[in-house]
Amino acid sequence: MLKNYIKSFFLLELLRGLKVTFSNMFRKKTTLRYPYEKTPQSPRFRGLHALRRYPNGEERCIGCKLCEVVCPALAITIDTEERNDGTRRTTKYDIDLFKCIFCGFCEEACPVDAIVETRIFEYHFEERGQNILKKSDLLKIGDKFEKDIAEDQKAKSQHA
Amino acid sequence: MPDIKSFTMNFGPQHPSAHGVLRLILELEGEVIKRADPHIGLLHRGTEKLAESKPYNQSIGYMDRLDYVSMMSNEHAYVLSIEKLLDINVPIRAKYIRVMFDEITRILNHLLWLGAHALDIGAMSVFLYAFREREDLMDCYEAVSGTRMHATYYRPGGVIKDLPLSMPKYEESKWKSKKEINKLNEAREGSLLDFIEDFCSRFPKCVDEYEALLTDNRIWKQRTVDIGIVSKERAFQLGFTGPMLRGSGVAWDLRKKQPYEIYSELDFDIPIGSNGDCYDRYLVRIEEMRQSNKIIKQCIKWLKENEGEIISDNNKITAPTRDSVKEDMESHIYHFKLFTEGYCLPEGEVYCAVEHPKGEFGITLISDGSNKPYRLKIRAPGFPHLAALNEMVRGHMISDVVAIIGTQDIVFGEIDR
Repeated sequence: MLKNYIKSFFLLELLRGLKVTFSNMFRKKTTLRYPYEKTPQSPRFRGLHALRRYPNGEERCIGCKLCEVVCPALAITIDTEERNDGTRRTTKYDIDLFKCIFCGFCEEACPVDAIVETRIFEYHFEERGQNILKKSDLLKIGDKFEKDIAEDQKAKSQHA
Repeated sequence: MPDIKSFTMNFGPQHPSAHGVLRLILELEGEVIKRADPHIGLLHRGTEKLAESKPYNQSIGYMDRLDYVSMMSNEHAYVLSIEKLLDINVPIRAKYIRVMFDEITRILNHLLWLGAHALDIGAMSVFLYAFREREDLMDCYEAVSGTRMHATYYRPGGVIKDLPLSMPKYEESKWKSKKEINKLNEAREGSLLDFIEDFCSRFPKCVDEYEALLTDNRIWKQRTVDIGIVSKERAFQLGFTGPMLRGSGVAWDLRKKQPYEIYSELDFDIPIGSNGDCYDRYLVRIEEMRQSNKIIKQCIKWLKENEGEIISDNNKITAPTRDSVKEDMESHIYHFKLFTEGYCLPEGEVYCAVEHPKGEFGITLISDGSNKPYRLKIRAPGFPHLAALNEMVRGHMISDVVAIIGTQDIVFGEIDR
């Protein structure tokens, strides 16, 4: 009883809490200076989409429309046509990033590893309509980051 | 003397301690609450209806978005209900992975709850510390699924990817010395399991820290002890589940009462309260974090010792491996069939519930034999809790409303669905 009075009179439990906060003042900060430093990112990261090409420059996408049909958010629109050499390719491949929920199903569904979700998450739009990535935009992203994408794809397949 | 009439006040939907978009109409007499009328529906997205128009697998991602602080637990209930109706076998390794991530999710949820609850009541630092630990668990989510929140990781029949063998590391920058970077990367040298193991060894100390800040703190006690008391009987009548029910002294936990996955083989205890007030519910959740930590440790031990499949090889339900799709015609056909049409469930109705961090999260699935659910009903644990808000706050002061909303651990994603 008396012990409790002493405890409460000398604010012992508050001081115990304050000890935690004060000791944190001298600990290393856990925050990062964001644009200069970044947190680690998994190779499985699901960010901005890209369309890939084969090493010989031929686009991978064959217009099978599996990604279009599996997309839960109905964010992908595809039109296809037979090309002069008799192969089927897309004439239109749009991804509406306002609708996309980044579930990664398109990548899972793609039988030729054409559509992938890259690690890119820092992007913005300046005008209306830029949220819709066209085929050319997606291929451009794919071309630019092909090396990273290929590495990530390899890591993903090996569970690394 | 003039007549003092009761005063009606709007609390929320933009109030920071309304935990999202709760709108409360408070009828006050002075500072005492006479009636609280929760208005919900501001975050209604029609998930149940949406699921009716999609093949089964495509709704998994939308389950994450129900209770958006315990993502994988929501998925779990959904895939369990599909598995129950399909009657397929899930590999044991997948079960362990799922249980491990369910418990990681529980810690994630309780950490956010603790931080937000303390912040509402006036303790800022707990929030910061809780988010420091959350960051590591979010990294686990990212390492395994590729996203920090909306994982879409569970699938009927298992999980989509095996645990990664390496963790991403901090990169060098001019802002940190090599030594500092190495220190940050220390826990990331091994596999994901090593990383989680390291977290598990650190975590009990962190919980001690939160407890040092709150448990005995007189301000914390003044704000939570004897606030929002719910008796055992009343908790039953109101349909409480999870920590809300256990806080009232009922040892009810689906992980023990109707064990799913491999919970029956794991060793853990269920903490219960005695008074059913906000303070007891706080203690219950703190202890649950420690117990979850214990479960995760057991899962890590098993997962390190045992290899195996992570998803059922029944290719009518689960996707064949990427390599086999490219080489084997049979797999190719299964792949196309699965991603276009999906799979059909036998006609019937199932109810499957998991012990979600907030309570009993259940999915009722009615199938008419097609590839889409005929009806999907979600039992959100937060809904009955919020329905009892009026009863819990009546007679309390206006500042206690915040404590009671906090203790109910309300998330509007699941209540409004």
